Amino acid sequence: MPEFLIIALLTGIAVALVAGPLGCFIVWRRMAYFGDTLAHSALLGVSFGWLLSINLNIAVACGCLILAMLLVLLQQKRLLATDTLLGILSHSTLALGLVIASTQANIRIDITAYLFGDLLAVSIADLSTVAIVSILVLAALAMLWRKLLALTVDEDLAHVEGINVFWVRTSLMLLMALVIAIAMKVVGVLLITALLIIPAATSRNLSKTPEQMAVIASLLGMTSIALGIGSSYLWDSPAGPSIVLASAVLFLLSLPLAKKR
Amino acid sequence: MELPLQPLLSANNVLFQRNGKAILDGVDIQIQRGEILTLIGPNGAGKTTLVRILLGLLSPDKGNIKRSKNLTIGYMPQKLSLDGSMPLTVDRFLALTGSKPAAIGEALARVDVPAIGRQLMSKLSGGELQRVMLARAIVRKPDLLVLDEPVQGVDITGQSKLYRLIGELRSELNCAVLMISHDLHLVMAQTDTVVCLNHHICCQGHPESISTDPAFLELFGQQTDTGVAVYTHHHDHQHDSGETRHPHQH
Repeated sequence: MPEFLIIALLTGIAVALVAGPLGCFIVWRRMAYFGDTLAHSALLGVSFGWLLSINLNIAVACGCLILAMLLVLLQQKRLLATDTLLGILSHSTLALGLVIASTQANIRIDITAYLFGDLLAVSIADLSTVAIVSILVLAALAMLWRKLLALTVDEDLAHVEGINVFWVRTSLMLLMALVIAIAMKVVGVLLITALLIIPAATSRNLSKTPEQMAVIASLLGMTSIALGIGSSYLWDSPAGPSIVLASAVLFLLSLPLAKKR
Repeated sequence: MELPLQPLLSANNVLFQRNGKAILDGVDIQIQRGEILTLIGPNGAGKTTLVRILLGLLSPDKGNIKRSKNLTIGYMPQKLSLDGSMPLTVDRFLALTGSKPAAIGEALARVDVPAIGRQLMSKLSGGELQRVMLARAIVRKPDLLVLDEPVQGVDITGQSKLYRLIGELRSELNCAVLMISHDLHLVMAQTDTVVCLNHHICCQGHPESISTDPAFLELFGQQTDTGVAVYTHHHDHQHDSGETRHPHQH
């Protein structure tokens, strides 16, 4: 097995590891559209990164974090439903990103890599960034776990029971933003949400507790990564889409089990 | 009842507006330890809004809320935002409060569903869910229980049992109870103070005295000879069934 494939595999596994529990929160809190919005805002991050000549990974991460904060603040106002807010933010940041990119003659964004990721081109440096972020986010999730669950079950109850709802919710949003920013490189903007949601949804059919669901989602995500990269190696299929397809197949396989329960 | 000096929780001159309309105006309310206070009023009178302000879930546009120090509140909302996407057993649901398994078992036993701990929340019946939510409200041994329509979705025999249970819990925990209710005739027997709310406080006092108050009669219609207030809005089980009680029990 060539070295670049091993690096790709390890990077994918690091992403899937943290995408499991985070994806569960996306499924539980019905935030599927949140991932898309953040991914769309990434292009804005890339454009700004070029404009201000900062490291693109950092620019994308900052872009996602800022957008997540913006969303939290707008949600506090409760003027519009969250899905409407996401729709507005998602497309206006994408449009702004495209406009800024067009003003820069020297920018040549590789649209395919942007949309579908470039897992097979990740470097050792990328791998270590992804691994470190993944471990840090997992640690933060573990620390906040009970509070996060309490919030997800009922925010009012959590507030009355003394949990700082705003702070915990903001932390969750920021953790998601961070993971989406780094995972984008692996599966790309179009498929990032799939990697978060599909393993979690599959896992729902197989688990009896929230913790089980998170762990199984991680394992399913890792399996999908291995299957996708394997198929890419053997049959030369594009890696990102193959990963998502693998996870979709696992989801289909889990459906008969869901009916039995 | 002798009133202690400091109320557990009080609201003073609360104003709450939405879209230029006052939902609550000049509302004063006090809850003392050991007291059961029932909030009644027509739909849209601002009952839930007042409770949410008292809980700190909403902030009033004017007026202030005073809580006694280290006040532990147990809250039972009208319904949970929980859905079936999270596999959650009753035990885990109660553990979200940070309580120990022993306390959780005790709370479930106290609300008469001792063997329910391993069931999934999504599989509970309406009555079981109400009891589990009540268990969550009492598991931290609160100083104040806040119950928003605690008997919703429970059949009429179950309703009077639940109200009796709430009365017992008040003495066991030595806590205060603030509840919203539609089921006036069932609540009367278990309550010390009735506060009648329709954007402002129309009247308040003992159940016996309040049922003859002109402001109360205007809001809820004439008393029938069984002591049951005829409602201006209709609830499924508001008929004069065998569960009616005379207001002069104590």
